[in-house]
Amino acid sequence: MTGRRRPSRGGERREPWLLLGLAGLALAYVAVPLLALLQRAPWRDLGALVRRPVVIDALALSLTTALAATAACLLVGVPLAWVLARSRLPGRSLARALVTLPMVLPPVVGGAALLLAFGRRGLLGGPVYEATGLLLPFSAWGVVAANAFVALPFLVLTVEAGLRAGDQRLEEAAATLGASRWTVFRRITLAQAAPSILAGGVLCWARALGEFGATVTFAGNLQGRTQTMPLAVFLAMESDREAAIALSLVLIAVSLAVLVPLRDRWLPG
Amino acid sequence: MLRAGMDLTLGELHLDVDLEVADGEVAALIGPNGAGKTTALRAIAGLHPLDGGRIEVDGEVLDDPAAGVFVAPARRPVGFVFQDYLLFPRLSALDNVAFGLRCRGWGRAAARSEAGRWLARLGLADQAGKRPRALSGGQAQRVALARALITDPRLLLLDEPLAALDAARRPQVRSELRRHLATFDGGRLLVTHDPVDALVLADRLLVLEGGRITQVGSPAAVAARPASPYVAELIGVNLLQGRASGERTVRLASGAELVVADPLPGPDVALALRPQAVALHRHRPEGSPRNCWWATVEDLEARRDRVRVSLAGPVTLVAEVTPAAVAELGLVAGARVWASVKAVDLSAYPV
Amino acid sequence: MRRTGRRRLPAVAAAVAVVVSLGGGCAGTDAAGERELVVFAAASLTDAFTALGRAYAAAPGAAGAEVEIVAAGSSSLREQILAGAPADVFAPADAATMDQVVAAGMASDPRPFAANRLEIAVPAGNPGGVDEIGDLDDPELLVGLCAEEVPCGSLARQALDRAGVAAAVDTNEADVRALRTRIEAGELDAGIVYRSDVLAAGEAVEGIDLPAGANVVATYPIAALTSAPNPAGAAAFVAFVRSRQGERILAGFGFERP
Repeated sequence: MTGRRRPSRGGERREPWLLLGLAGLALAYVAVPLLALLQRAPWRDLGALVRRPVVIDALALSLTTALAATAACLLVGVPLAWVLARSRLPGRSLARALVTLPMVLPPVVGGAALLLAFGRRGLLGGPVYEATGLLLPFSAWGVVAANAFVALPFLVLTVEAGLRAGDQRLEEAAATLGASRWTVFRRITLAQAAPSILAGGVLCWARALGEFGATVTFAGNLQGRTQTMPLAVFLAMESDREAAIALSLVLIAVSLAVLVPLRDRWLPG
Repeated sequence: MLRAGMDLTLGELHLDVDLEVADGEVAALIGPNGAGKTTALRAIAGLHPLDGGRIEVDGEVLDDPAAGVFVAPARRPVGFVFQDYLLFPRLSALDNVAFGLRCRGWGRAAARSEAGRWLARLGLADQAGKRPRALSGGQAQRVALARALITDPRLLLLDEPLAALDAARRPQVRSELRRHLATFDGGRLLVTHDPVDALVLADRLLVLEGGRITQVGSPAAVAARPASPYVAELIGVNLLQGRASGERTVRLASGAELVVADPLPGPDVALALRPQAVALHRHRPEGSPRNCWWATVEDLEARRDRVRVSLAGPVTLVAEVTPAAVAELGLVAGARVWASVKAVDLSAYPV
Repeated sequence: MRRTGRRRLPAVAAAVAVVVSLGGGCAGTDAAGERELVVFAAASLTDAFTALGRAYAAAPGAAGAEVEIVAAGSSSLREQILAGAPADVFAPADAATMDQVVAAGMASDPRPFAANRLEIAVPAGNPGGVDEIGDLDDPELLVGLCAEEVPCGSLARQALDRAGVAAAVDTNEADVRALRTRIEAGELDAGIVYRSDVLAAGEAVEGIDLPAGANVVATYPIAALTSAPNPAGAAAFVAFVRSRQGERILAGFGFERP
């Protein structure tokens, strides 16, 4: 009596036809461009194309900066999510709106704003440059900064939702057993929120990997230092279509290689 | 020893309570939903600060707003068994029990070994490695109990400890709980809305209604003289204690014997009997009832359209009859009357 | 069921009307007889062509014409034309880009209409202390070029080669406007842009000439596209750009005669 599908009576299947049709449309909409890409790929030359330094540099840079941006977002984003979900400080809804802003802003606008803040003549960047000579634009750290800026909301909102959904009574139980606030946070809250932290991290990483507008505006474009995969694809589109397609395929392959194994784990809850 | 004077407002509820629980005593806070029972418990545990009053355990002040004292829950010598047990889902039963010791700085191995001893004591040795969702209700309750007791609290609080169980299992688990509670020497305060729980587990009842205590006393005293309609409705149950003297016969302390319908669950039993099931007669009844005795009316109490008759005799209990029956039988204090109970109306619980 | 169909009909008709008006789009003529003209121009031509467009529309012969200037990196525009974008006129920053479009049969008879020199641009006040092209190899300076894929970038690299300088480049911007904006904002110490860009930036930027032997002159061709939605307007606009009046306007923006 467990979970076997009942045989259809009168031709009615479990899923309504209309729903299936629309769902198929949605899937096709995503699949067709992918198929077009595969169909136009320069399969013969793919090996050689992919091994060119410009591709290897872009891929290595993309992967390291996306990872670094995710790590940074986890470090500051999880505490922020906790404050938004659990604390009773005033101004939380304002803070939440602020954190959502990079999601809503066009990435190029985000990049421009980052320049005004951290560029050589920026609000904070200027004094720091004068004092130390350190500068974010035109460096790989600038790429990390741009990625973190656009990807942070994905992490914070996902983790906040996960924390809200968690059972706060378990935290009370831990308190009555003698757990300090830090122990409660570490052993109960974080453990419960772990799935949403993973999900948020994956979304954050994926967003950072694909980031283009803010990166090109803020960090610039230089092979090996700030030219990420999306930038390389964009520029290759104008001069060398085949290389562009090859680069796109590499990016898609790498993304799938990370996302598919995690597919059951990165839905929060 | 718990001494608590609690003044607390939470939403619509205004709690204004003075209570004490002595070491070695099991007290039950009983009352309707929304009366404030769980709130009182949570305040004692420190999950809710008082607005006024004072909570003291063994002389140590835990909460005193006027003096600016508030001890965090983690530092109170109080153990808490929650209604849904709230076992940590990702930890095994063993690690759940060991949790409190780990919080106190015990090493993992030492904490686990001590936890193992506790589990064994409660008959859960072979459940140690299981996750909470693999445990039955009764097992989960024992794990929650061990988890709370392992830290050697001075006071144990239990919030509706049997509510999460289904009715069929409750009697068995209830009697086990009574045995396990008896091994703890501090004060025990439990909250329940089930009168049988209160009657079986507690030495003293505290009736809480609308944020105030309306009656205090032993279960028998409260049952015999309910001070409010709620209590009367709720504890409108007679509870008689006795020993089995046959497969279906119970001998009470007075020597009287009552016959029940089903085989008895154990050597020591409590018999529950609704007052409405006690029939009163002028003459000794013929026919079926095997439980029949000559009783003396001690007191009459009119309640809405019923009258509660307290009876003394071989069996001390309360009967509930109509005013017409009172008139017909000529029931007054001191009057003598035959009382009978059908075997099938007596429910036996293991004790 | 019939009732539902009838109620749905007006909604469907409305939807169809919306789709048709969005997708159809009369690029060539409107009902009122005004002519719309779409001009794809290199990024460096943005300001000049905006002025040319306004002047053309104001001219007595082309009363009521609406000129839309789409400016971007020349190679980006080329790709869009090859993909079938509905443009009337194409004015890239070098002949090579135009030749590719001609070779695909999308344009014919390109004519040169302006020339532009390269120039080193530095932010006002010259914070990097750049004097001449040789200074661009200093790794301490923040130097920007256009990406090699765009004419400005390939020409700049030719000029650097000729001058024998290995520039320490920190960024290759996607088009010359982006590069100019960064220099104006002081994000970079120097970059190689067109003279027209230096002029257009006004006070925000100072220009430094390249040595005579190293400089490269970009020649801009212009052509009407073969599948232009508005062929008459395209031809007229091309003629206007190459006319005396057009030359004068272009000179005002720093362009030279071809």
